[in-house]
Amino acid sequence: MTELLLIPGMFLVTFSVRYLLFGVAGKVRFPPWLTSALNFVPPAVLTAIIVPALLLPRGELWLQADNPWLLSGVFAALVSFWRRDLLTTIVTGMLFFMLLRFGFGL
Amino acid sequence: MSCTAIGQDSRSIKRREMLDGARATLPLIIGAVPFGIIFGTLAGPSGLSPLGALAMSVFVYAGSAQFIALGLLAAGAAVPVIIATTFVVNLRHILYAANLVPKVGHLPHRWRIMMAFGLTDETFAAVSNRFLLQENTDYAHWFYLGSMLAMYGNWVLCTGLGIALGELFPDMTDWGLDFAMSVTFIGMVVPYLKSKPMWGAVIVSGAIAMATIAMPHKLGLMVAALCGIATGLSLHLLLKRQLAREAAHD
Repeated sequence: MTELLLIPGMFLVTFSVRYLLFGVAGKVRFPPWLTSALNFVPPAVLTAIIVPALLLPRGELWLQADNPWLLSGVFAALVSFWRRDLLTTIVTGMLFFMLLRFGFGL
Repeated sequence: MSCTAIGQDSRSIKRREMLDGARATLPLIIGAVPFGIIFGTLAGPSGLSPLGALAMSVFVYAGSAQFIALGLLAAGAAVPVIIATTFVVNLRHILYAANLVPKVGHLPHRWRIMMAFGLTDETFAAVSNRFLLQENTDYAHWFYLGSMLAMYGNWVLCTGLGIALGELFPDMTDWGLDFAMSVTFIGMVVPYLKSKPMWGAVIVSGAIAMATIAMPHKLGLMVAALCGIATGLSLHLLLKRQLAREAAHD
């Protein structure tokens, strides 16, 4: 039953954010500090999701060298710094993770 | 030239714009294929019904927000928290719209509603070149429509495919495919890391996310993100002031 609330709610906030400026069509201008702040939204939100997902993959802190989530995350970050290509990062990161999980049984 | 000739002419221009729009989005669509499939396979184990997963892709149509919603659902977060998080995650679309509005503000309202619904990272990346770099944008909204339809169709299709795969192989959840979301986000964050304020935002956000891990309803995520954004903005403003002062001294 939560889905009947969740999906319309998510639709509403997503569409409102996307529609806001298209609707008023340039009649509103943002102060420059707000535009600057918006630049930080995607990396800040995504990092707040990534870090716990890598350090607590099973719900408990797992800060050791045999944590495949953590190792593969570091590997993917290095690949991304090197190639700066999303698809390459996803594919090599997943392959590395699979290798650790099923090749080495971590 | 007769009226029908003009009509046919513009129709072929529109068709070409739509095809060009779809073609320009193709590389980004290839990247979205595994994303959509994995979203579909993870939906069930996260507590979303197959129909709910499909409805989310059809109506919400926001990849990263949908993934985050799955993570929050799996962690037992309350619905208002998931909706509020969706809002924060999608705030970046305001930036995209701000870039496009000067070029599309004159279009009929129904066009702008359609464009708003289809505004994704991928379509913005594909259409911004067409709108912002090319001179003649009289028919560029058809380019946008082509890009958006290709992206949307693919997203819904891949979600369905993922749901089917998840039903066929129920033990897929033990494979640790949730890492696909982390790796995708890592690939999205790293290109941002080009300035000190950006590094500051990310480091503070990650640290606060760990410090607030015990907060109920995963509220730590929003606290961490807001602290990160505040840090980034403060550093940005400080650096700007410092540069202005140095320029004044010279």
